[in-house]
Amino acid sequence: MKPYDAIVIGGGHNGLVCAAYLARAGRRVLVLERRERVGGAAFSEQVFPGFTFTVYSYVVSLLRPEIIRDLELPRHGLHVLPLESTLTPLANGDHLAQWSDHDQNRRALARHSPRDAEAYDEFGRTLHQMARAVKPLLGMVPPDPASLAPGDLAGLARLARHFRGMGRGVFHALHKLLTMSAADYLDEWFESEALKGTKSASGIIGTLLGPRSPGTAYVLLHHYMGELDGVFRAWGFAKGGNGSVSAAIAAAARALGAEIRTGTPVARVLVESGRATGVALESGEEIRAGRVVSSADPRRTFLELVGEAHLPGELVEAVRRFRFRGASAKVNLALDALPDFTCLPGPGAHLRGAISISPSVEYLERAYDQAKYGEFSRRPYMDIVIPSMIDPSMAPPGKHVASIFAQYAPYRLNGGWTDARREALGDAVIDTLAEYAPNLKSIILHRQVVTPADIERDVGLSEGSIFQGELSLQQLFSVRPAPGWSKYRTPVEGLYMCGAGTHPGGGVMGAPGRLAALTMLGARR
Amino acid sequence: MLRTTPFHARTAALCASHAWRRWAGYVVASSYELSHDREYHAIRSAAALLDVSPLCKYLVAGRDAARLLDRMVPRDVSRAGIGQVLYTPWCDAAGKVLDDGTIARLDETVFRVTAAEPGLRWLEANAAGLDVSIEDTSDATAALALQGPSARDILERACGADLAGLRYFRLTAARIAGHPVTISRTGYTGDLGYEIWLDAADALPVWDALVAAGTPYGITPAGMLALDVARIEAGLMLLDVDYVSARKALIESQTSSPYELDLGWTVDLGKETFVGRDALAAEAARGPAWRFVGIAVDWDSFERLFAEAGLAPRVPLAAWRTSVPLYGDGGQVGYATSGVWSPLLKQYIALAHVEARPAAPGPAREREGTREHRRRRAAAHVVKKPFFDPERKRA
Repeated sequence: MKPYDAIVIGGGHNGLVCAAYLARAGRRVLVLERRERVGGAAFSEQVFPGFTFTVYSYVVSLLRPEIIRDLELPRHGLHVLPLESTLTPLANGDHLAQWSDHDQNRRALARHSPRDAEAYDEFGRTLHQMARAVKPLLGMVPPDPASLAPGDLAGLARLARHFRGMGRGVFHALHKLLTMSAADYLDEWFESEALKGTKSASGIIGTLLGPRSPGTAYVLLHHYMGELDGVFRAWGFAKGGNGSVSAAIAAAARALGAEIRTGTPVARVLVESGRATGVALESGEEIRAGRVVSSADPRRTFLELVGEAHLPGELVEAVRRFRFRGASAKVNLALDALPDFTCLPGPGAHLRGAISISPSVEYLERAYDQAKYGEFSRRPYMDIVIPSMIDPSMAPPGKHVASIFAQYAPYRLNGGWTDARREALGDAVIDTLAEYAPNLKSIILHRQVVTPADIERDVGLSEGSIFQGELSLQQLFSVRPAPGWSKYRTPVEGLYMCGAGTHPGGGVMGAPGRLAALTMLGARR
Repeated sequence: MLRTTPFHARTAALCASHAWRRWAGYVVASSYELSHDREYHAIRSAAALLDVSPLCKYLVAGRDAARLLDRMVPRDVSRAGIGQVLYTPWCDAAGKVLDDGTIARLDETVFRVTAAEPGLRWLEANAAGLDVSIEDTSDATAALALQGPSARDILERACGADLAGLRYFRLTAARIAGHPVTISRTGYTGDLGYEIWLDAADALPVWDALVAAGTPYGITPAGMLALDVARIEAGLMLLDVDYVSARKALIESQTSSPYELDLGWTVDLGKETFVGRDALAAEAARGPAWRFVGIAVDWDSFERLFAEAGLAPRVPLAAWRTSVPLYGDGGQVGYATSGVWSPLLKQYIALAHVEARPAAPGPAREREGTREHRRRRAAAHVVKKPFFDPERKRA
């Protein structure tokens, strides 16, 4: 039989995207997934009969439209539904709502601050312009600013032209955004605590940083990126949950000729004379291939699968220092009925969007304070979605599922994560949410709590970091995952990386998988 | 004065957008919510309920009913079984399309014809000497479309019958809330879906029963804006938008034959006679002058166009219905007639007429559009239609 051109380690969405692109170019590809089902953290399961949970993740952020088109994912069952609103319930029984309709949104904001309602448009315009400034970075293999190689210089020159074209004003605004904290940046625009709290929350997701930590403003941009792709809302919800994103990519990959083996854990990458020649499975079987591409995070790839012996000391050091620090937990609920929020009683459009427990920046910062010292937040920040309101097939007719993303739940918990601590975290989440939706406890049919320790054990993400390493500026773009190795290549010839630990990072975006494949195929982009 | 449909008491109460559209002398909702976005997604992910009552409807009955229709349309009506529905265009003597619609065989000698335009006079003109009665039931018959992957589950609950055996383009009699209805597995969305035909007097209780049965499944009333996106994705053309009825055309070049509209499959030249047969036989022999195709705009080219002006691309979220030139080597080679950004496919798609010059299957084209007040051209390709064709449509 013809040998494999490439073996992809890990069948998460990035591994699958990479495999599909390689197969599309005619390469013979084998994907090896440790678990019994593909998906990695983009995984759905009927944890409780009839109720489908997206166990580890919850929304689709910025899934690259070119991937959807190139791999014909809708034909393989992908349908991303929009999340249209954000509701922030407040302790005094009031609420702040943000809607996708301009007039509706302005009126909702003006109730809190007429000035904020006006500033909102200008804020949106500024962030739109800055998202345009930054967007090319997401779609390109990052050039190395320290390199004099022609390819790097050309890439840097392209970027320089691009930034010059943006104009001074946008460049300065961008500088602010890259250096400030989300809270400070929002203070320049808005006065409503609830609005600032809710907006700043997007800067801390998946990160062990607070809204007042410098560098968190940058992530605000991500919410405006989607507009540039004809997506128009950064956050969407995949019909069937995020598992259906992976399933669609896997189906596309198979249709293109890729082979996928599940329940097949890889023990190590075979390295001979500085070159990757295949993998050894935990079963002892060895499979040879011209190239090996790992979708696992940098720590697992370099320190576990390859081994320090084959790597330069500098890289080993950089990988050891690479910050993971998983900070978030998931609480998935099967519900007998809809939660009834005191601020907006009964069912309604507000239950079809995100519900954010972020009444103020201070609330979030206090939640962070506890995490700083190794405790989980007693009153956590939460981003709640009721998937069954968007896609009723997630639960039996008339029943519901709720997905609660909760932060902070630090990986390095004092005393470590135990079953008791996990349930204590679940209680803190439910107790906090029940303050806003008093019927909550009486409608819970089943509860699943997922901590960073669980994510690390189940999915293999180091320290439960949902982005395969924090999306903080010191480990993005040309230095992700390590200085000199940002282009999906590694010091081991024939070994590549394609996970979220590479540029441009995490989220159900698929960009690292695609860019890695294009790099391997020698395409210049 | 414009008329309201039999469902108006319900649709008006739901129409938060106050956006209405005229359709054949009636008003129907453009969208119920402030944006049609969710209504569109319901068509593809759950189920949408659409008021399609303004369709023209005729009951053709009598010993010669099949003969009349077989004489009038290019498809073979005589072979249609009871309970079968045929989609078909019909033509004038020159073989140019007058209208398109469906013919449902309700019984051996009873047919329901639906049309976009009033067609009583044309039916009568072709009925000379035949034993047939023609009744305009447009006002007396209300119609709903229930479209989307959950449509079957909802309808089964609403009518208490098993619809698994109801195949694509077949119909069955049923009762909803005690009222007799006809359910046909048809629609204008290219998805799993049904159309429900009922006495206008029963409209409100049937609507209520469907909404009650569908609520746990996410049934969503949807307006014409959502439908327009779905029908373009499904590659389905619209009279007065994608083609001009030969009845209204002022010059010959405005008319189209079934072949030119990609409806050659409906023309049965094996039939001895039907209106337009000779002209169509001649056209089949020499090949049509135009092709009706799907067009996809190349994203990178489209994005570059806007980037040159310092802007992010702007895609049409609602369907446009204007004539847009298409260029090939050496000048204009055709025109697109409707187009939209497909939220599902993440693609800018359009339906277009292109000259059928020396067999050119899918070359690169350029599509004109307005970018920042100026007309510019983006690259586009001819692609297979339907743009979206889920298995569930027929399964």
